Amino acid sequence: MAMKIGTGEFNDRVGTGIKDSFMRGAVSSAQERFQSRRLSAAEELGNWEDWRSHGEEIRQHVLENLDYYLYQLSENVSKRGGHVFFAQTAEEASEYIKNVVEKKEAKKIVKSKSMVTEEINLNAALEEAGCDVIETDLGEYILQVDDHEPPSHIVVPALHKNRQQIRDVFKEKHGYDKSDEPEELALHAREKLRQEYLNADVGITGCNFAIAETGSVTLVTNEGNADLVMALPKTQITVMGMERLVPTFEEMEVLVSLLTRSAVGQKLTSYITTVTGPKEEGDVDGPEEFHLVVVDNGRSGILGGEFQSVLQCIRCAACVNACPVYRHVGGHSYGSIYSGPIGAVLSPLLGGYDDFKELPYASTLCGACTEACPVKIPLHELLHKHRQVIVEKEGRAPVSEKLLMKAYAFGASSPSLFKFATKIAPTVTSPFTDGDKITKGPGPLKAWTNIRDFPAPNKENFRDWFKNRPKGGAN
Amino acid sequence: MKVTLFATCMVDLFQGNVGKATVEVLERLGCEIDFPEAQTCCGQPAYNSGYVEETKAAMKKMIQAFEHAEYIVCPSGSCAYFFKEYPHVFKDDPVWKPKAQALADKTYEFTQFIVEVLKVKDVGARLNGKATYHTSCHMTRLLGVKEPPMELLKHVKGLEFTELPNKEQCCGFGGTFAVKMPDISEQMVDEKVEHVEETGAEYLVGADAACLMNIGGRINREGKNIKVMHIAEVLNSR
Repeated sequence: MAMKIGTGEFNDRVGTGIKDSFMRGAVSSAQERFQSRRLSAAEELGNWEDWRSHGEEIRQHVLENLDYYLYQLSENVSKRGGHVFFAQTAEEASEYIKNVVEKKEAKKIVKSKSMVTEEINLNAALEEAGCDVIETDLGEYILQVDDHEPPSHIVVPALHKNRQQIRDVFKEKHGYDKSDEPEELALHAREKLRQEYLNADVGITGCNFAIAETGSVTLVTNEGNADLVMALPKTQITVMGMERLVPTFEEMEVLVSLLTRSAVGQKLTSYITTVTGPKEEGDVDGPEEFHLVVVDNGRSGILGGEFQSVLQCIRCAACVNACPVYRHVGGHSYGSIYSGPIGAVLSPLLGGYDDFKELPYASTLCGACTEACPVKIPLHELLHKHRQVIVEKEGRAPVSEKLLMKAYAFGASSPSLFKFATKIAPTVTSPFTDGDKITKGPGPLKAWTNIRDFPAPNKENFRDWFKNRPKGGAN
Repeated sequence: MKVTLFATCMVDLFQGNVGKATVEVLERLGCEIDFPEAQTCCGQPAYNSGYVEETKAAMKKMIQAFEHAEYIVCPSGSCAYFFKEYPHVFKDDPVWKPKAQALADKTYEFTQFIVEVLKVKDVGARLNGKATYHTSCHMTRLLGVKEPPMELLKHVKGLEFTELPNKEQCCGFGGTFAVKMPDISEQMVDEKVEHVEETGAEYLVGADAACLMNIGGRINREGKNIKVMHIAEVLNSR
């Protein structure tokens, strides 16, 4: 699965999303659960704003010195006997991993959850090479079993499914005959997956944070699946976006605290797994061979530009959980594996405006995303910045909109014309006016009046009233 | 105290009653109101749609129109916030940046001005009935004005206040969003109206005419028996 998911136009996908009442019920209740847990986990720290500032500072420092830390990371991984590969494109990354897998004559591969491997379309490349690839994160596993359905959320990939739907997937694909109790569903997946870990030749993971000073890789999970993916197969490959690193364990601790609290409202997740290179003498488990694949795929083009702050992201999805648009349309409407506000900023940057030009407009600029972000990415400002690029640099705005905006800008920059408009508005709009409201507006107003009334212009001109009113009359 | 009214284009064109209430409440509190005839619109509709350069001419006219003001008061959280954004828009312009900063520094949202500058919490208003309040995203998140409207409503005699569920959630207006993404906007405003109904309130109060035009427009279309009032109109009730 590449970054782009689904087919059809944005508006059609949104239409499908809006009609999916199961999905909307699942999404809105999950949003409320995550939001309230996040707020209480943040409040518990007492000085959440200081934590956010600290997180922002760490991420900005890393981005400003990314070359230095990537070099340090790469040196330290190599020193421990690991292999490092810098992939400029998605294809290069997938090709390298495919080669490693082929060299090992691997048949079975287990994976722990990773957005970047979705981004580079890794599973398709490995399946083409004849491998059996198994997702071990419960959510990802459910989607994989359900004919490789794409994720709809960056942390909780199967968020759009309720437990009855999950039971139905297991029933149809595995002949599962038990209840839709979460415990029973999880037990079924666990039984299926346990054997896969033991039989796997290669384990592939993503990376929450790489630690430059030690050459380590840290993964945060609640299911412990990353532990098994890292510990059991003889060969391990970790794939990371090139910005996903921190200088030392100290910064990792701050960011993990921000991540787990913001993502699911937990102080810590059940498992925080750190692996440093391949197994050494005396180690009881761990891989014999370790590869770190550092993926650029458009990220270096974002560095140093007006969108750099999006690279501060630690993929917690707090913005997704706070977004009122995501709430109603669900993740698949975005047409990208990265959905919600972060997806609406990131997808056009990594995947281009051709496929993702509508996403920056799928926001009321309400700022809920910016407020929720634990590393202070000004998400609503970046969405606005995209709109500016689309209009001013890319020239992609519709002609009708351009004309309307030009007319507006002209009117708003001419006080006499504007004043004239306040005078003539009631006359101009009278054909559409019904008492004190407009119920069937012309042109762009139609989209408004299709579902709601629009006020009729002031009958008594406000400026005239102001001038002619008896002073002090209100008393 | 001399107060310069930034009425907003919404009030100037469609919501004259909000403007009248704003003027009358402030006069009753002893302010002398001045209305610069050269004011137009803050520029948000075009700016937020990405037409930044196109909007700058209108913004400069607004800066000039309010140059003389001591205090600028605006009955809309979103428009007041946008005046505060001007210095950011002109950050690379050595001539207009300081002028924009001066404009931003003396701009207040209506309830913020009453509570923080005039230091008044009880304006002597009376309105009998049950009310709920829509917080408005730009006013609370971007301008950071949360408490003043609550303080003022608390002191309105006869008014029973009930909190709106999911009050921090956007109503789906978003300027041109409402017409660019009408299907999503519809879902958002419908959820908002549902929450308003859940409270059993007779009045929906807000401090931003644009959000109220959206929620109110839907309430009226659906024929719901809820009266939508700007907070200035509530504070002007006797």
